[in-house]
Amino acid sequence: MPKAKVNGVEVEFEPGMTVLQVAELAGEEIPRFCYHERLSIAGNCRMCLVEVKPGPPKPQASCALPASDGQEIITNSPMVKKAREGVMEFLLINHPLDCPICDQGGECDLQDQAMGYGRDDSRYGENKRAVEEKFMGPLIKTVMTRCIQCTRCVRFITEVAGVPDIGLISRGEDVEITTYLDKAVASELSANVIDLCPVGALTSKPYAFNARPWELKKTESVDVMDALGCSIRVDSRGPAVLRVLPRLNEDINEEWISDKTRYAVDGLSRQRLDKPYVREAGKLRPATWAEALNLVASKLKVASPDRIGVIAGDLQDAESMKAAKDLFGSLGVTSLDCRQDGMALGAGTRETWLFNSTIAGVENADMILFVGTNPRTEAPVLNARFRKRWVAGALEVGVIGEQADLTFGYEYLGAGAASLSGLAKSKSDFVKRLKAAKNPAIIIGAGALGRADGGAIAKAAADVAKTFGMTWNVLHTAASRVGGLDLGFIPGEGGKTAAEMASKGALDVLFLMGADEIDVTASDAFTIYMGTHGDAGAHKADVILPGAAYTEKDGLYVNTEGRVQLGQRAVFPKGEGREDWSILRALSDRLGATLPYDTLAQLRAKLFADHPTFGRIDYAPGAAASAIDLSGIVAAGTATDAPLVSGVRAFHLTNPIARASVTMAECAAVAADASKIAAE
Amino acid sequence: MVGILEDKDRIFTNIYGLQDWGLEGAKARGCWNATREMLGQSHEWVCEQIRESGLRGRGGGGFVTGFKWTLMPQQLSERPHYLVVNADESEPGACKDREIIRNDPHLLIEGCMIASYAIRAHTAYIYIRGEYVAERERLEAAIKQAYAAKLIGKDNVNGWDFDLHVTHGGGAYICGDETALMESLEGKKGQPRLKPPFPAGAGIYGCPTTINNVESIAVVGTILRRGAGWFSSFGRPKNAGTKLMAASGHVNKPSVVEEAMSIPMRQLIEDHFGGVRGGWGKLKAVIPGGVSMPMITREQAETVLMDFDDLPRVQSRLGTATMILFDEDTDLVRVIARVSRFFKHESCGQCTPCREGTGWMWRVMERMVTGEAEMREIDMLLDVASQVEGHTICGLGDAAAWPIQGLFRNFRHEVEDRITSYRAGKPHVQGAALVAAE
Repeated sequence: MPKAKVNGVEVEFEPGMTVLQVAELAGEEIPRFCYHERLSIAGNCRMCLVEVKPGPPKPQASCALPASDGQEIITNSPMVKKAREGVMEFLLINHPLDCPICDQGGECDLQDQAMGYGRDDSRYGENKRAVEEKFMGPLIKTVMTRCIQCTRCVRFITEVAGVPDIGLISRGEDVEITTYLDKAVASELSANVIDLCPVGALTSKPYAFNARPWELKKTESVDVMDALGCSIRVDSRGPAVLRVLPRLNEDINEEWISDKTRYAVDGLSRQRLDKPYVREAGKLRPATWAEALNLVASKLKVASPDRIGVIAGDLQDAESMKAAKDLFGSLGVTSLDCRQDGMALGAGTRETWLFNSTIAGVENADMILFVGTNPRTEAPVLNARFRKRWVAGALEVGVIGEQADLTFGYEYLGAGAASLSGLAKSKSDFVKRLKAAKNPAIIIGAGALGRADGGAIAKAAADVAKTFGMTWNVLHTAASRVGGLDLGFIPGEGGKTAAEMASKGALDVLFLMGADEIDVTASDAFTIYMGTHGDAGAHKADVILPGAAYTEKDGLYVNTEGRVQLGQRAVFPKGEGREDWSILRALSDRLGATLPYDTLAQLRAKLFADHPTFGRIDYAPGAAASAIDLSGIVAAGTATDAPLVSGVRAFHLTNPIARASVTMAECAAVAADASKIAAE
Repeated sequence: MVGILEDKDRIFTNIYGLQDWGLEGAKARGCWNATREMLGQSHEWVCEQIRESGLRGRGGGGFVTGFKWTLMPQQLSERPHYLVVNADESEPGACKDREIIRNDPHLLIEGCMIASYAIRAHTAYIYIRGEYVAERERLEAAIKQAYAAKLIGKDNVNGWDFDLHVTHGGGAYICGDETALMESLEGKKGQPRLKPPFPAGAGIYGCPTTINNVESIAVVGTILRRGAGWFSSFGRPKNAGTKLMAASGHVNKPSVVEEAMSIPMRQLIEDHFGGVRGGWGKLKAVIPGGVSMPMITREQAETVLMDFDDLPRVQSRLGTATMILFDEDTDLVRVIARVSRFFKHESCGQCTPCREGTGWMWRVMERMVTGEAEMREIDMLLDVASQVEGHTICGLGDAAAWPIQGLFRNFRHEVEDRITSYRAGKPHVQGAALVAAE
């Protein structure tokens, strides 16, 4: 390995590293604004200047300079110090002195680096530049006078998000970052530019003037807005979750999160069920816990087990599903289902419902076939990975289903199941290349599986996967789904599916665990809704048991790859709300079927004992194409010719939290407007 | 005799446009003569001849042209090679390439072909300044003639498939920087690229590219026809050849002239440009190249030679050898303030020191014109200039700093006098306040 000297200390480095990376390897901090590991190198802020020998007698931008063997890198010479001070001074001369009213204050690269590398006084006596505000949509607040033109946002939106909506216009000191004619940024990842912005030019609109970073309690947790389980940090103050930020996790989200993950949290304080309710004379009235639980227990006691059903929603943690399964199992209830959409999976081996390539593993795929999925809306962060791979020229994509803008190019193979089953016999160029592919994968979406003929489509897809040796991947959209399937939260012998439970006359008692995505209005059963928001399920309910949202409880979630992750409580449940498992535990007492655990730890111990896969936290099994047993997927009926569509119709409104969020409503309105304009 | 160079040794024999610029006229003057034989030699031979001739880049950089060509990959890969000719002559004062393009375009076209052959390129682009409309039309007409005569194009009489395209800029000075030029040529915003990678490795469309100035390319044919030794017989060692030089400003006969390198500046001015308006003694300062070169005083101009290695002796540079002369009635502070405004206006805004520094320097300069500045601001301005110089992606930062540095190196007293006289008669602000307080 080549060696270089950094301030006299010799370090070995990988060939191809830049001088900046080598200096960091040696433990030297190099200040920077424009450089970002995950974006292309712009080299325009000039903050990372260092002295390099051999080289010209002037400081060099270390972010863009390849390190070479025997190079001497000096980061502490007077020349470097002066260069940094100079650049810092230039950045500050036109930067407003409005730190006290700037939301970036306290987490501002410019502030920090001005302290570390700047001059102690100002020599600039001219007027400062002012820049007009821009509109970038409901999420990104702009104060463009603060902009230092590092172009991180431009590069992120163009390269990672794949939506060239932000650009740098004009030249010289008049350059401005803007969107085209004040258009809202049309990306599901747009708000990541707020994190990327090293100054307060792009800040969070919903969070504006809400808090200072040092006032916030930071809790590391897991996102539930989609099935990726992105690593997040929940920032809260008192009882309120104020914002969600991404956490670095190379295996899942790198350092991005979707706009929904970030901004649905204002939904956590709206439309909340904060006390138990009981329906009397057609109207819900507040009740005490004892009252509500006794009523539920009395109804459950008199109902026959085959007339009781439980449906688990999309945001449910594994522990509450386990507690429900134990409780209702002990009552002899077999009608349990976690698949509100009727997804035709759950019978075979675990791999049949997992994303076996793993999220990081898609970067090894060379050909991917999308079946009935639009990853851009179902899992935007994963979509960015596909794009990254595609931009590198190493990935070819085929799509069966909707012809949507995925931010990367693909070959459109057809809309319906016929196109899928016809692949094996097709002699098209795509199929030829598919046969030759080294690491092909198939990704089947929840939209394709959740139809009446989902089983037949799954079978057809499994056949295609087998024929071409493709890795089998299911892209779920519900955070709870894999956990539910792993637990066997599906109808047992004689049990009814979710759709059957929702039909008229099927049950006497219907227990909904945060299930809002299924239409139960036809059901005439006594309905209990345990959940967080006054959404579809609560409207129908006869008894409401207020639960805890994902930021309000410790819980396990299994993402689409089968990775078990630990969500942590950031704040307490609203009002009289309780953690879901403890509600079930209290109910079990009244039913005389007391659950054998008093604490979450005991519950988890039982969970791990009964279902060992849950014991391996943060482990994604992954499997090669050859190791996946798809024999569990059997066709039920034949596939119709209806076109395959994504399971996510409105990206911003997929769950009760997001639907309660004002920000998400605004985003949805803007997105709907944009598509209307596009249609015109 | 006028000057050093004799008429028989001139390359640009139609620089004043007195004869036919077209193909017939050019052929009569020797252009396109024996081009086929030159291209019959090896690629290496052409590079070697040009290197031996001592030709250095005529755009101001002074990089040895023949050597630049050898930096291109010696073997063709799947990526084609390109030649790009930089005709984006936008610096105030510079006006030499324009004369070549409008009066001797075939020399340039022939040079493009030979240079392309030397670097194994089959395609060349001439990126011409947007404001040169008539010149572009002339050049396109000349290229059309060359195509019609099958001198260039596919299966031409010279035996090297060669296509030549003219692209014009949108009027941005920054596109004269080679990497910004490439960006602009590709249809992008004209902002300089980071180097490395250098154009010879990854230039336009990521392919190996050589970029040369118009004059560097236009002299190639004649050098090969008359021999490297002939060309290198002019000028001092390492500063060989003939060069187009020009003068504007306070001279009696502003014009462009081809002269031998290393001619004394004073001789050049007096022999070719009719001397300084009102006599040599009236001369105050000279900017030797385009406006980005630091100005020198009359005393320095007295002895300095017009070449790459002698002007640095007086802390200036040859640049494009297109001088601007100022007589003693000139307000040099105002001149440099205007120059600063030019660079502020033309900064692309990509990197920090240039984007922020050029505006700052201009504003301070404007105040110095009136004298409405503090004495300490002179040193501050020079410090700011040093913070811009050498810290930027491209050379525009340097170009913006040098004129200011040149002014203060040689004429600092003028600014100081200006400030002092502005202050004279006005109450000292601090003192006035004190009196009021009492």
